[in-house]
Amino acid sequence: MTLPAVTTGDEIAGREVTLTRADLVRYAGASGDLNPIHWSERTATAVGLPGVIAHGMLTMALAAQFVADWAGDPAAVRSFSTRFTRPVVVPDDDEGATVTLGATVKAVDDDGSVTLGVTAVGPDGKAVLGKALAVVRGR
Amino acid sequence: MALDASFVGRSWPPRTYRVGAEKVREFARAVGATDPVHTDVEAARAAGHADVVAPPTFPVVFTWEATREVVDDPALGLDFTRVVHRDQAFELHRPVVAGDVLTTVVSVAEIKELAGNDVVTFRCDVTDPDGGSVLVSTATLVGRAGEDA
Repeated sequence: MTLPAVTTGDEIAGREVTLTRADLVRYAGASGDLNPIHWSERTATAVGLPGVIAHGMLTMALAAQFVADWAGDPAAVRSFSTRFTRPVVVPDDDEGATVTLGATVKAVDDDGSVTLGVTAVGPDGKAVLGKALAVVRGR
Repeated sequence: MALDASFVGRSWPPRTYRVGAEKVREFARAVGATDPVHTDVEAARAAGHADVVAPPTFPVVFTWEATREVVDDPALGLDFTRVVHRDQAFELHRPVVAGDVLTTVVSVAEIKELAGNDVVTFRCDVTDPDGGSVLVSTATLVGRAGEDA
């Protein structure tokens, strides 16, 4: 498996991912994170949130998946770190909320590994992940 | 509320998690991981893996549970209902695959106070039965100060 040829500063073509309430419920079950702020409007608003929000870890997983797909090998992702800067509010409708993912090449190491700065922007145009960095193994 | 700073460096008894193929498939579906190495054993073997490969953030399934147990330790003094997950990092030394038997040790890496909020960084060291490091997961949680703080 060879990574796409890139140099520092290159932008990776982005992707939009739409999340509905059903996606949050599926992730809650798969991850075991049953915190009701991710499925109960009543609980979410009671703790001061504007509504049901996506798991930060789900947004992180989508961003990691974007990187894995770019690399062409899910096992090539060597590290991924991020800050959760803003919640993604997911409405109770069929349209859901769209997260826009993108990445910029931060470094290419001698061993061929690539460091990507990953961006994730919520429906309101504001970043939902901050300082997101992924290192992908080269070959 | 200031947390007990003596918790820094403390670790909790190891917990073991057996990675199941169906859990890997379920998680892959939930995060949109469509590469057949996540679901098809033959595809995984053709790519050099022993069994289906977990997506990169799959370890949260067992590291979060282990961390939660520590967060709930009343001696630490963190109120889980006021906790916000601020940062997360995974350092993956090898891919996690179905059939792995993984041991997680949770420790407190750092305790800080920021604008009246408690900031705690938990580290999970995950090893295979030979003791080799499989991954390190780091989570920083913020315990928001109560109204009376």
